[in-house]
Amino acid sequence: MDAKTIIAKRIARELHDGDLVNLGIGLPTWVANHIDPAITVHLQSENGLIGLGPSPDPKDADPDLTNAGGQPVTLQAGGMYFDSVTSFGIIRGGHVDVTVLGALEVDAEGSLASWIVPGKRVPGMGGAMDLVVGARKVIVATTHTNQGKPKIKTRCALPLTAYRQVNLIVTELAVLEVREDGLHLLELHPDTTLDTVRALTEAPLHVGTYTMMEG
Amino acid sequence: MKAHKKLDKQTFHAHLFDGMSVMVGGFMTCGTPERLIDWMLESGVKNLTVICNDAGYPEAGVGKLIAAGRVSTLIASHIGLNPIAGSMMGAETLAVTLVPQGTLAEQIRAKGAGLGGILTPTGLHTPAEAGKSRLEVDGKPYILERPIGADIALIKAREADQYGNLNYAKTARNFNPVMATAANLVFVEATCRSQAMDPETVITPHVLVDYILTEVSDGR
Repeated sequence: MDAKTIIAKRIARELHDGDLVNLGIGLPTWVANHIDPAITVHLQSENGLIGLGPSPDPKDADPDLTNAGGQPVTLQAGGMYFDSVTSFGIIRGGHVDVTVLGALEVDAEGSLASWIVPGKRVPGMGGAMDLVVGARKVIVATTHTNQGKPKIKTRCALPLTAYRQVNLIVTELAVLEVREDGLHLLELHPDTTLDTVRALTEAPLHVGTYTMMEG
Repeated sequence: MKAHKKLDKQTFHAHLFDGMSVMVGGFMTCGTPERLIDWMLESGVKNLTVICNDAGYPEAGVGKLIAAGRVSTLIASHIGLNPIAGSMMGAETLAVTLVPQGTLAEQIRAKGAGLGGILTPTGLHTPAEAGKSRLEVDGKPYILERPIGADIALIKAREADQYGNLNYAKTARNFNPVMATAANLVFVEATCRSQAMDPETVITPHVLVDYILTEVSDGR
């Protein structure tokens, strides 16, 4: 399995029947492909829908029906549309059970940096700041390193998306939970070692009993 | 349709002036009134402050106004799919204020609803908090965000009835209904018109609407 698939499959297991879930653009979107078919998860797209379905055939694409990345999507039975005020009321009001999004950096306090590299890349925060503050559970989906450099740090150096909101960090090497006293190792991937994960994480890890991730 | 609500290009151009502020509905150009933007381009109006969810694409949505150098200030949540906006921001030929998307929606709602602002936890400890007041309510911190209004709003509707009531198509709704509450003049581009809408299906009441251009009208 490639890193993306390992991460997406593992995060899909965090979702429960009836959950309202928002999946960010990129890697988090892949989580939808691995949701247990026995459960019903309601996917929100913050531009204004709940009940996000799979991508349509290009010939069936409706320009009035897109996701938050502007890509054509479909609506599942029971789904509905709403405006941006309602959409972010749902998000900020604590009605979203889980949000999954990527990271440039994430830290031992649960702070996330994901929207700006000053002087280099300034795309904007979009809906990410509201999602990370408003969702009940915030899961970061990220490769453990970027070109060999750790993305998990004691403190984020980049400007934040949100302060102390992240609950779980899932990478291709490990599953880490953010607690009051820092990062706790919950799971380790069988293809790596504890020493490797420690070396590639720029923050102290609390290691008690942990289990192995699905290979 | 009442005569005073039907929009032609001449009437539209008569309401435009350099330095004005313009709200434009749409999300990555889904639900953006492209014809009204084209008419703005043709008018030559410049030095605009544009309030929109995003910067569109270089050849679509408000991106057309940005690429033509008509926009001096952009207030948006995201500009990542418009590299022209990004490079103009870097070159300081376009001032960009980035606002969290939910905050932008609420700031516009506050203006349209007569509120003095809103309190949100979104953006605490981030660059979005810079220069703003922090208030505590019941022991929890919030950022005070001020209302945002505009001289005009450009709205894309699915259907407009003869009275000016509006509804919207699918996710093309997004920022359109709230923007229709927060501008001095509201211009609507509607895909189709009807005699009278089922009152239960009206999203934007006609009292908020000033002018309507429909694709079947002779507005061109």
